[in-house]
Amino acid sequence: MTDKKYPTPLLDDLEKGPWPSFVKEIKKSAKSPMVQDLLGLLERSYEEKIGHWKHGGLVGVQGYGGGVIGRYSDLPAEFPDVSEFHTIRVNQPSGWFYTSDALRTLCDIWDRHGSGLTNMHGSTGDIVFLGTKTTELEPIFSELTAAGFDLGGSGSDMRTPSCCNGMARCEWACYDTMAFCNDVTQTYQDELHRPAFPYKFKIKASGCPNDCVASIARSDMSVIGTWRDDIQIDPAAVKEYALAGKLDIGKDVAGRCPTKVIDWDGTTLAIDNSNCVKCMHCINVMPKALSPGKDRGATILIGAKAPIVQGALLASVLVPFIKLEQPYEDVKELIAAMWDLWAEHGKNRERIGEFIQRIGLGNFLEQIGLDPAPEMVIQPRTNPYIFYNL
Amino acid sequence: MPAQTPESVADAMYAMLKDYAGKKNLKAMDLTKAMIEKFGDDCDKQLCKSAIRILMDDARCTYSYVGGSYVVLNPDYGK
Ligand code: HEM
Ligand code: HEM
Ligand code: SF4
Ligand code: SF4
Repeated sequence: MTDKKYPTPLLDDLEKGPWPSFVKEIKKSAKSPMVQDLLGLLERSYEEKIGHWKHGGLVGVQGYGGGVIGRYSDLPAEFPDVSEFHTIRVNQPSGWFYTSDALRTLCDIWDRHGSGLTNMHGSTGDIVFLGTKTTELEPIFSELTAAGFDLGGSGSDMRTPSCCNGMARCEWACYDTMAFCNDVTQTYQDELHRPAFPYKFKIKASGCPNDCVASIARSDMSVIGTWRDDIQIDPAAVKEYALAGKLDIGKDVAGRCPTKVIDWDGTTLAIDNSNCVKCMHCINVMPKALSPGKDRGATILIGAKAPIVQGALLASVLVPFIKLEQPYEDVKELIAAMWDLWAEHGKNRERIGEFIQRIGLGNFLEQIGLDPAPEMVIQPRTNPYIFYNL
Repeated sequence: MPAQTPESVADAMYAMLKDYAGKKNLKAMDLTKAMIEKFGDDCDKQLCKSAIRILMDDARCTYSYVGGSYVVLNPDYGK
């Protein structure tokens, strides 16, 4: 272990046990004076049960309103190397694919100009660089752009879009999440770098309802792959599962279908697709025998958020099915209409989900020019909060 | 009123920011709404977007984060 500038008995406790430890990981970079002071400051917080970070302010690179998150210590005299400890978000490649050369380039830039600590990847999806000084921001930015990288979003802007690695690695992808993610990232560069919204706006794209990027809970606009024809069944493979005897198809597949639409008579599996809610359960447990249908596209949901100003929200369906093909003109028209309305009428720090709750989904749909559909429910089998005049 | 350009709107926004400095923080949309009110049909959201970009790129303004993102005068401008 490197010689410690500060004793950290409380933090050391967090290294015990078989699970990963952030203290262990931070200590690997303890040769950096910033990291030493970070450990010292953190130990102090554990002793006093008080956070010692201040945030916000006037930090960034020229021309951009996002990508740098200002962090300052409120004990600068005692821990001078973390008196400024800004976070930088770097826009990740869609699906998080890198060459080892690209990773080394990123790490080298960060070792030269920052603490060397990273978070790969942040919950936003970005490559997160943790801890640098204000004077290092422009040099980091110019080296990043020279290497082909750009900053991600922060503040009241469109946040860095993120996606699952769908078509590159997963047979269940119902649309090309990476192409879509890259397209919206490029299309909305202005919205990403120059904050002009009431608050943040996140777009996340998952290739199927397994929703590996948890878009339904974490993004203002969630794009989840789905299909509208029948689940594909390979009867021979179904037979193999039955013969292998490890899976009780009646109990564990048919019995756990949330809408009970799978019929299993011991030899043949049949699905009433008109009542399948695309939960992925049967496909997940019998991947060799079942797969999503062939008429694929996506469902667009709106309004999820974590509890910051108000409580947490899951997303609600906005567009039940859309083909989602390049150049995504239909999606972009929808985004433009929503942004226009929310940017103009949303209150400061009001997420689009809260905005919709305030003005009512009916009014929101009318304003953006979308017809209500029965799928627009808070959760399956709950009341649609639309009043139909039949 | 003469037709507005991104530059003329940028100048008007800059003047407004100076008026409000130290009194009230303004967001991009506050500036946009004020300009559309001031210039009427001679101004629109796109023009305001370009104007804010000019203010950022020539370093007269910068973004500040205080709970949300605000457009503020750049304290280092001209130094
Ligand atoms: C003032 C009168 C009533 C009110 C305010 C009311 C309200 C509700 C509410 C809020 C739910 C939950 C819906 C959801 O899942 O979100 C519900 C469910 C239900 N109500 Fe009522 N209800 C009323 C009268 C009735 C009557 C008279 C009947 C039958 C004759 C009825 C039958 C049902 C049934 C069967 C459900 C459950 C449906 C399901 O989710 O499977 N209700 N009701
Ligand atoms: C013969 C009479 C009725 C039958 C067989 C019947 C059957 C059902 C069934 C099967 C559901 C569940 C649907 C689902 O799975 O989502 C349901 C839902 C419901 N029913 Fe009925 N129902 C009857 C009469 C009524 C009456 C008279 C009322 C109210 C006055 C009522 C109110 C509701 C409500 C509020 C729901 C919940 C709808 C939702 O999911 O949002 N039902 N009913
Ligand atoms: S969300 Fe679906 S398509 Fe994307 S990686 Fe996960 S399982 Fe595969
Ligand atoms: S996907 Fe889900 S709802 Fe559809 S048939 Fe399979 S288990 Fe049932």
